[in-house]
Amino acid sequence: MSKADIFNRIRGGLHVPSDDSARRAAVKARLDARQRNLIPQRAQLPENERLRLFIDMADEAAAELIELHSAAELVGTIENWAQENGIAHLVTASDEQIKSLDWSGNGTLVLEERVAQVGDEASLTSAFCGIAETGTLMLYSGQESPTTLNFLPDTHLVVLRASTIVGPYEDAWQMLRQATDGSMPRTVNLITGPSRSADIEQKLQMGAHGPRRLVIFLLHGE
Amino acid sequence: MASPRSRVGLFVTCLADMFRPEVAFASVKLLEMAGFDVEVPERQTCCGQPAFNSGARHDSAAIARQTIEAFDGFEYVVGPSGSCIGMLHHYPELFAEGDPWHQRALDLKSRAFEITSFLAQHLDMDKLSSSFKGKVTYHDSCSGLRELGVKRQPRELLSKIPGVQICEMEESETCCGFGGTFCVKYPDISNRMVGNKSENIRATGADTLLAGDLGCLLNMAGKLKREGIDIQARHVVEILADMASTPAIGEAEKRS
Amino acid sequence: MQIKSPEFKQNARIALQDANLQRALGNLKAGFPQKRAAAVARLPEFDQLRDEARDLKNHILEHLDLYLEEFEKNVVANGGTVHWCRTAEDARKKILEICKDQDAKTVTKGKSMVTEEIDLNDYLEKNGVTPVETDLGEYILQLRKDHPSHIIAPAIHLNIEDVADAFHEHHKRPKSNDPAHLMREAREMLRKHFVAADVGITGANFLVAETGSTIICTNEGNGDLTQTLPKTHIVVSSIEKLVPTLEDMTLFLRLLARSATGQEFTVYNTLSSGPRRPGDQDGPENFHVVLVDNGRSDMVGSEFQEMLRCIRCSACMNHCPVYGAVGGHSYGWVYPGPMGSVLTPQMVGIENAGLLPNASTFCGKCEEVCPVRIPLPKLMRHWRDKEYEKHLSPTSVRSGLALWSFFATRPKLYRLFASVGNRFLRFKAGKKGRTSKLPLASAWTDHRDMPAPSGKTFMQQWKEQNR
Repeated sequence: MSKADIFNRIRGGLHVPSDDSARRAAVKARLDARQRNLIPQRAQLPENERLRLFIDMADEAAAELIELHSAAELVGTIENWAQENGIAHLVTASDEQIKSLDWSGNGTLVLEERVAQVGDEASLTSAFCGIAETGTLMLYSGQESPTTLNFLPDTHLVVLRASTIVGPYEDAWQMLRQATDGSMPRTVNLITGPSRSADIEQKLQMGAHGPRRLVIFLLHGE
Repeated sequence: MASPRSRVGLFVTCLADMFRPEVAFASVKLLEMAGFDVEVPERQTCCGQPAFNSGARHDSAAIARQTIEAFDGFEYVVGPSGSCIGMLHHYPELFAEGDPWHQRALDLKSRAFEITSFLAQHLDMDKLSSSFKGKVTYHDSCSGLRELGVKRQPRELLSKIPGVQICEMEESETCCGFGGTFCVKYPDISNRMVGNKSENIRATGADTLLAGDLGCLLNMAGKLKREGIDIQARHVVEILADMASTPAIGEAEKRS
Repeated sequence: MQIKSPEFKQNARIALQDANLQRALGNLKAGFPQKRAAAVARLPEFDQLRDEARDLKNHILEHLDLYLEEFEKNVVANGGTVHWCRTAEDARKKILEICKDQDAKTVTKGKSMVTEEIDLNDYLEKNGVTPVETDLGEYILQLRKDHPSHIIAPAIHLNIEDVADAFHEHHKRPKSNDPAHLMREAREMLRKHFVAADVGITGANFLVAETGSTIICTNEGNGDLTQTLPKTHIVVSSIEKLVPTLEDMTLFLRLLARSATGQEFTVYNTLSSGPRRPGDQDGPENFHVVLVDNGRSDMVGSEFQEMLRCIRCSACMNHCPVYGAVGGHSYGWVYPGPMGSVLTPQMVGIENAGLLPNASTFCGKCEEVCPVRIPLPKLMRHWRDKEYEKHLSPTSVRSGLALWSFFATRPKLYRLFASVGNRFLRFKAGKKGRTSKLPLASAWTDHRDMPAPSGKTFMQQWKEQNR
């Protein structure tokens, strides 16, 4: 059997002794400790600088970012944005944050809670958290947050609470483990800016297969 | 600074011996200026790198043993080449741990230095005096640069010579395409690499190309000459020792 | 894929004379190395991260079997299946079997060098399953029946006209030379494939033992559509991509994009942990991980073990002056550049790939930029050792070396030999100080002059001075 064969070769190459307990202990220790490796200084800034870094890095990654000072502004801002950009239809996630939005009903924007389909103009989802180090969003899949929303539509709108922005990725992993009781969601997406490719002559073009635009609605305060 | 009259064994290198004796003479002069007694052990030949890099470990080990013996007893072993001294630093890899030669190879390694880095450490740089005048560009030879950390040392030494103006070339750290036997095993690729290099050298407007390794210098000088580019190539020690009055590498007559 | 590594020298010669290829390769030189340097300069801890990454990889390799066990356990706990494949053929068969079980007609593919290594596309096609490459570069190559010449920029050897021609021919649309237009066209053409595919195949940049997750790092988002939309997701990965924990994966992610494209972070880093969960509205229903060995387990404990640290960033080839001159196809198999020169002999045999580890000046640039500090020149030299031991190096080289070593170990004879050679070269050069033709040295003198010795050998002169 291939597996046994592969393992025999690895163990033979490593000259693994018949008493393997020291190696097993080393592996268990590493897995249990989830020790952090070196974290760059840049990811360990105080809160206000961390927020600034997130904004700068997201901008550098070509994400668009709109800052809001209360959740109450969210609906109006999204509606305005949609109107300005000629978007009439939004597919949305169905998490608490999105569900709780009270759409003003000015009538122009059609919302639909579902998975994304080919041809969808734009989607609206919530981010689980932001990572300042590189202006990265973390989203994960679940009953209320289908993954296709993050990839199929031409434009991806994401609501991100400033209070969830952490410095390094490591803090995001820790938050994730807490939020999901230690079990990994089916998919975790770390998203840094919109889709792109430089496969033709090394010239960067935005909007390859994923969203051409990534718009972050950054919600300050609670 | 050197303790009173420490003995340095000069590792001449086969290319300096064969093609450019003034490089070895210049090295002797500089080492003496730094206060060392310089000797040239008779039993040295080549560092063995061609064999080592061709997989002929048995032959390279034989050469290594000979070199180790030739330089026994010297406080320092200094040579005008990052590549050859780098090879001396590889000697321990040729012997199994526990083999007495392994220890002797480690010992040689600890005493073996490339000339500019050795001078930068041991020479009172204010003693340098050279009548050389010109715009020079410096090629960082790969082994010296990456195996021995030779980068600032030759530039520091050159900066002490009033007539020298350094014009850095683009990609001074990119290989010139010599690579020992590479240049004859893969002549087309080597030619492209040295062609790129000569273009970068030409673009500086310098009148002199300097480097610390004769392999690279023969390659680059040969290419510059072939392309009719009027830039003189010299080993850096020739300038430092004020011995640049002889024709440059591949040049016929001393020019006015 | 047919192995053309034995023709490396001819391939290289042709490549050097191919003006279009040279133009395309110019884009590489101006791109990746400068972007990497800028990214590295912005992260003061970069070199420390490299040290940690090297040490961590060494730890992983010393415990590879145990981490693999843990990984499998957790994939299974997530509802996925792990398949162990000792050879490329085992892997091809297993993947086809999964496709057949799903009655698959078409599969979409994210970018994966391991699937190139096992020559998957041809095999699927011959067995009635149509693979569709979805990475833009790979898609272009598939239309052209071409292969990647670079591990992260597969179509780096092409110019825009080549892409325009391929699209015009296959899409039957008006020709355009505008890269933005070409990309829009590819996006549009591939949408239907993403939706229609029965199976999505991706590679993995890392495998996380702790969680049983696989991760892909892409900029286009094609990998995500490939693995999210079809009913079945197959991850094809090699066994050395294992990392213990998410924290450990993070260490490598900090190095990967910066070393590769000079980006701070890849746009999409996506972790997959099993199939669709109860209540999920999308995602694959089946999740398979095909683990490919293909010679890697033989490298464990060997002088080549350090090569298994490789995270496939491509920095070594991006900075290699030989790769930059001749491009990836000259290397004649899947993995080009310095990392390929170490891996290829392992995978296709030294007798087929002996030229590759020789095609290096040992300038050391590759090692200087490697994020996991693989001593690539040393490993190439190990292959040269093996080649020499097995008497595979050319007879002319062997006898030349033997003769030279004979002299080099006899100092007196060596002096004589040197002084004769010295005199001969000076005689040939006359008063010119150099010669443009030398017997047996045309490899040198075809392209450059041979400077003549400036006088008698140093040893002669030294002796004459009685010193």
